[in-house]
Amino acid sequence: MNHDTATKKYVQNSALAIKDEILQSALNKIQSGLGKATALSYQNLDEGPPLRLKAHEIREKTINNLDVVLTRLAAKVRDNGGKVYFARTDKQAVDYCLKVAQQHHVKQVVKGKSMVTEEIGLNPAFEAKGIEVNETDLGEYIVQLAGEKPSHIIAPAAHKTRQQVGRLFEQKLGVPYTEDPPELTRIARKALREKFLTADMGISGCNLACAETGHMTVVSNEGNIRMSTTLPKVHVAIMGMERVVPNLEDHDILFRLLSRGAAAQKLGGYVSYIGGPGGPEFPDGPEEFHLVILDNGRSRILADPKFREILCCIRCSACLNACPVYGKIGGHAYDSTYCGPIGAVLTPLMEGMNQAKDLCLGESLCGACKQACSVNIDLPRMLLELRYRLAYGDDQWETKPVSVVEKTIHQAWALLAGHPALYRAVLTTFALGQKIFPTSKGMITKMPGPGAGWTKSRDIQPLSQTPFRKRFKKLNAQKADR
Amino acid sequence: MTHATLFIQCIVDGMYPEVGEAMVKLFQRLDITMDYPENQTCCGQPSFNSGYRKEAAKAAKHYIETFEDAETIVCPSGSCVSMVRHHYPELFENEPAWKNRAIDVGKRTFELTEYLIDVLKIENTDAYYDGTITYHDSCHLKRYLGVAAQPRALINQVKGATFVEMKDSDTCCGFGGAFSTKYPDISTAMVKEKVKNILDSGADAVVGCDMGCLMNIKGYLNRHNLNVRVMHIAQLLAGQKAGAV
Ligand code: SF4
Repeated sequence: MNHDTATKKYVQNSALAIKDEILQSALNKIQSGLGKATALSYQNLDEGPPLRLKAHEIREKTINNLDVVLTRLAAKVRDNGGKVYFARTDKQAVDYCLKVAQQHHVKQVVKGKSMVTEEIGLNPAFEAKGIEVNETDLGEYIVQLAGEKPSHIIAPAAHKTRQQVGRLFEQKLGVPYTEDPPELTRIARKALREKFLTADMGISGCNLACAETGHMTVVSNEGNIRMSTTLPKVHVAIMGMERVVPNLEDHDILFRLLSRGAAAQKLGGYVSYIGGPGGPEFPDGPEEFHLVILDNGRSRILADPKFREILCCIRCSACLNACPVYGKIGGHAYDSTYCGPIGAVLTPLMEGMNQAKDLCLGESLCGACKQACSVNIDLPRMLLELRYRLAYGDDQWETKPVSVVEKTIHQAWALLAGHPALYRAVLTTFALGQKIFPTSKGMITKMPGPGAGWTKSRDIQPLSQTPFRKRFKKLNAQKADR
Repeated sequence: MTHATLFIQCIVDGMYPEVGEAMVKLFQRLDITMDYPENQTCCGQPSFNSGYRKEAAKAAKHYIETFEDAETIVCPSGSCVSMVRHHYPELFENEPAWKNRAIDVGKRTFELTEYLIDVLKIENTDAYYDGTITYHDSCHLKRYLGVAAQPRALINQVKGATFVEMKDSDTCCGFGGAFSTKYPDISTAMVKEKVKNILDSGADAVVGCDMGCLMNIKGYLNRHNLNVRVMHIAQLLAGQKAGAV
């Protein structure tokens, strides 16, 4: 896809989303419900809202020592009887999972709660090899049945109504139509139960991995994770390499913030601590446990001091629930694994700044994301940094300048800003020249060029013939006279 | 004697000079003397937000040179103040001398309501307005400068006025500078909701502290023939009962 196509797609998808009334009401519910409740629940933390600042510190420290912490984690997991694989690319991660599957003659996989498998494209790769993959998180399951992508980090099917789900189940599962949520859940549970019992491999994500204990923590709302990770004989957990904490103490703080940021809960509905294969002492585990630690562009981010902070993200989705742009266009408009403010920063870094430029340009820099973030990540700062790299190009990121025309406009403006007499002269000329534009009630209704976007839905104030700079002296003198 | 040097945001200078006039009138009433350096232009925020930092740095240097002799600089826009205070030092990461000058001038640059409340401790400006007012929190003012209580305190002192909070007063109005022209559909959806909240509040006037947001809101109201008055806080605070001096 070339860059202009990407822009067109973002703009078109946004426009469609804005017109979609069902989506609008769903987004509205998420933001006015979850978004507000999350903000409140930070206030109600025992340690108070500054805990988010502390969490930021913890995260930064870990990210700055990532190699050491990951080495410890790997050693501990191996001690616990698990196998660890460091995947540099998405392809390596997929290949490793496939290899494990083939070794065990896997026919069916149950999978849950993992954005990272979306990131590496695991499902299509497995399906291409004739292995059936079933999502087990209710939302993910719905999205999978519909052949769509998740539209929200923790509420993947947020864009669907229960009526739509009812029809989907009717079509795909051959059950009678119902729109009763408990009944729909029961249908899904029944369908999934069979999958759990017959699957020979389970794949999960990982919310946090603890180096001190070598365990992974996975939070779910329906308890499906327990089944995916314990019933099949092989379990593979996949984590982005930044999802690690050094010790239980840090784990505790981040974990509490994660649940609050995600759903304004003190603690997630179901919390699984997964720590390797079962054995004589723990008969409940899988026979084999693998941990895949994924780089896929993360060490490049780590190497850039201006973007490193984004690795502090714990994917709680609080920023999505607060962002007014996400609140209007929904997750699909971003056309990437990660959407909302976190996606607006992460996607250009992972998929290419030119390719995903609209994600960082298409934000209003309002700062709501930073205010909402569980770990107080300065997302707006990084949006600005991305725009900076896009403006001039950046060899290290193989980024080309985004627009010569735009650059020229800003150069001209900078010239004026530095030359007051010229600045005044040009504005006076514009004030005279604007008379050709149509007006209504004293405002311009149609502008050409870059202003056309504005006047699509709004009027604009014309330049005054006597601007403030021509008025001040007289005004200030009036008082002196009195 | 209190003295302020005016830094009039380019939008106010060019499009809304009456806001600057109101500020002058208000300061005169409060016995604040003023000067207005005529060489001032634009703070460079539009370029900075679009990524053009070299160009923004040129504007920044001009601002610093124009204002660094001033003791206290007051501006009727939170986003410009945030630009000066927070982003100027960033622009000069590799030019320490300029960076220090930027930090210094940033400390002396204030947004109007911040100046009145935090610096001068003036809450009552002896203003009068007959009607119901609601307030829009501009993002840069509230989140980047932490100014939200100050304008409310000032509004609450206005005689004759009733103050009502609108829903989501601090949700972005969708202006965002170039964002509003590059992504007009998204920006429009946002301002549409802002306007709905303004109308739902029942107020007959919406007050704000930044003409960027207000020009967006006003532009939408005008296009859709909606009758709500849009006022910069300087205009509200300068207002008095007809006949009174
Ligand atoms: S950026 Fe912050 S708020 Fe957004 S998902 Fe990451 S941790 Fe959560």
